[in-house]
Amino acid sequence: MKQRTLLDRRDLLYMITWREIRIKYKQSVMGMLWAVLMPATIVLAGMVVRFGFSLLSGRPVALADVASVSVRAVPWAFFVSSLRFATASLVANTQLVTKIYLPREIFPIAAVGSQLLDFCVASGVLVIVLALLHVGVSVQLLWLPVLVLILVLFTISLSLLFSAGALFFRDVKYLVEVVLTFAIFFTPVFYDAAMFGRWGSILMFNPLAPLLEGFSNVVLHAPPPLPWLAYSAAVSLFAFLGAVRFFHRLEPYFAESV
Amino acid sequence: MSGPVLDVSGVYKKFRKGELYDSLRDLIPALARGLLGRRWRAAPEALAEREFWALQDVSFSVQRGEAFGIIGNNGAGKSTILKLLSGIMRPTRGTIHVDGRLSALIEVSAGFHPDLTGRENIYLNGTILGMTRAEIKRRFDAIVAFSGLEEFLDTPVKRYSSGMFARLGFSVAAHVEPDVLIVDEVLSVGDYLFQQKCFERMSDVMSSGSTVVFVSHDLRAVSTLCARSLLLERGRVLHVGPSHDVIRMYLSRAQAARSVDPEQELRITDVSLHAANGAPQVEFETGDGVDISVAAEARAAHNDISVVIQIVDENQYPVFDTCTQRLGAGPVSLAAGESLRCTFRVRLGLAQGTYRVNAFLHRYVTDRPYERWLSAATFFVAGTPTVRGVAHLAPILMQCEQTASVVEEIAHEPVHVD
Repeated sequence: MKQRTLLDRRDLLYMITWREIRIKYKQSVMGMLWAVLMPATIVLAGMVVRFGFSLLSGRPVALADVASVSVRAVPWAFFVSSLRFATASLVANTQLVTKIYLPREIFPIAAVGSQLLDFCVASGVLVIVLALLHVGVSVQLLWLPVLVLILVLFTISLSLLFSAGALFFRDVKYLVEVVLTFAIFFTPVFYDAAMFGRWGSILMFNPLAPLLEGFSNVVLHAPPPLPWLAYSAAVSLFAFLGAVRFFHRLEPYFAESV
Repeated sequence: MSGPVLDVSGVYKKFRKGELYDSLRDLIPALARGLLGRRWRAAPEALAEREFWALQDVSFSVQRGEAFGIIGNNGAGKSTILKLLSGIMRPTRGTIHVDGRLSALIEVSAGFHPDLTGRENIYLNGTILGMTRAEIKRRFDAIVAFSGLEEFLDTPVKRYSSGMFARLGFSVAAHVEPDVLIVDEVLSVGDYLFQQKCFERMSDVMSSGSTVVFVSHDLRAVSTLCARSLLLERGRVLHVGPSHDVIRMYLSRAQAARSVDPEQELRITDVSLHAANGAPQVEFETGDGVDISVAAEARAAHNDISVVIQIVDENQYPVFDTCTQRLGAGPVSLAAGESLRCTFRVRLGLAQGTYRVNAFLHRYVTDRPYERWLSAATFFVAGTPTVRGVAHLAPILMQCEQTASVVEEIAHEPVHVD
């Protein structure tokens, strides 16, 4: 049938994404500042943790550490708020899911899309901060689009899975909340995987870890951890294919089960 | 391309009563049971506990450019069919094939977001209903003009009245231009003028070659718009055929359920319609004679009764009203246990449409009702399309000719420019 695929309905995807953004900033005083608030809070928390490390190790906090935490905070904030928002997206749009036919994957994807704007705004601020910290540019920055692409792919995969799951079982939403709250301890945001020495590679099994390490490395003129990055890309791709399949399998039951 | 644009064959749809497993605590035992009992693999025809069929073996097809009606009582499965047609749900069994873009005038305002302005919502809802942004941009002025909400375009729709809300929704939906349009009772949106607009718009859509599936309780609208219809009863197709036949069948099966206070001393027990030859009938032609018969019984003695009948149209507007008193009969007296039958013969000078009969027992002098039975009987008048409205005043075209000389004089008159 015509008009049933996402590509045919890209205008719809655009409008739903636009709606999410518009609603978020309507009747809000801080507006776009919200996009910076969450990463900024993460950076502050990271500074406290880093300060604690430095007291233990006797090594002072370097400017590079501040830069590293800042660079990791922005994609992490994107990942967390995307998942949070996307998980609720199908349930929040019950009206549309049960009453009008549209490709339902639009809702979780639009949720991620709207966070992508925040991600861009925060990245813009990050560039200024890095400039103030005198972090220069290097060829390694060319890795950034690749890193962002893998990050978005992985985020969309989980969004599809969790949004469909939450539609059937509200437990999924709470589960995601709990996991996201503590996931920051399992992911190298405040710390580097290298701090764990040979144990660090266990941390890298978290598909986000190579990405965050990668972001931090390329901004600080080092190459990303290539084999791990390939692993992360592979996991994201498989997760994406699996999630799309899972989503489409369940889609016929959405309207009756929400 | 020929062949049906919409083809539904052997469709079954199963639903479950009560709650689905709503949390993992409920799911895990159910899954375990499913694995052991293989219930999940059971044949689709089998009904598990608490399941029921919303639709059973529904088949029909609609040709390109055709207007097709679906009628049936509440709960007959009309909405389920619409949800299956629009793809919101999938049938348990059977296939549905739609050739082309399908759009539903069902939940025309579902896509609105209250915090966005009218203008923003036109774009949002338009894309939700299947238009591209370019299409909306092209039709934007037409949509706004249709809604009549020019002044409020930049007001958030949460400040709209419910009528404005519905009007904006319909205006967007009416401009989608699909191959198949599904309409569900939306013609009751807004005031009379807006309804007329909607009706005209629907007729335009039909005459432009779109296929329309029309679901309604409004039998007059169905008979006006649709040549063919389908009658659903409890999830099964009773009949598919010319709308007149289907409507006649529907009306003959529609029994007005009525609850009566057992303590009531005086009550109407039966209201029925008969053709002049005495056979029960619910579909008539304009000008037919019909006998409206009212039966009543008394549990206690009453001696000042007058029997009133009233015919109302679909909007419950009284079209006609008469009673034994005004027709010259004196007050009727009933002793306890006695019953009464009263037959009025009327000639149906009515245009086509659905009409209902209300019956009353009034106190003879004060005209106050003892007892009433609203919508006691329903009948349908299959008039000619030569008249519209309620009354059929039997028009005859006496003269309609061109007075040629005048036209020619005007045509040949030289044009003066001052």
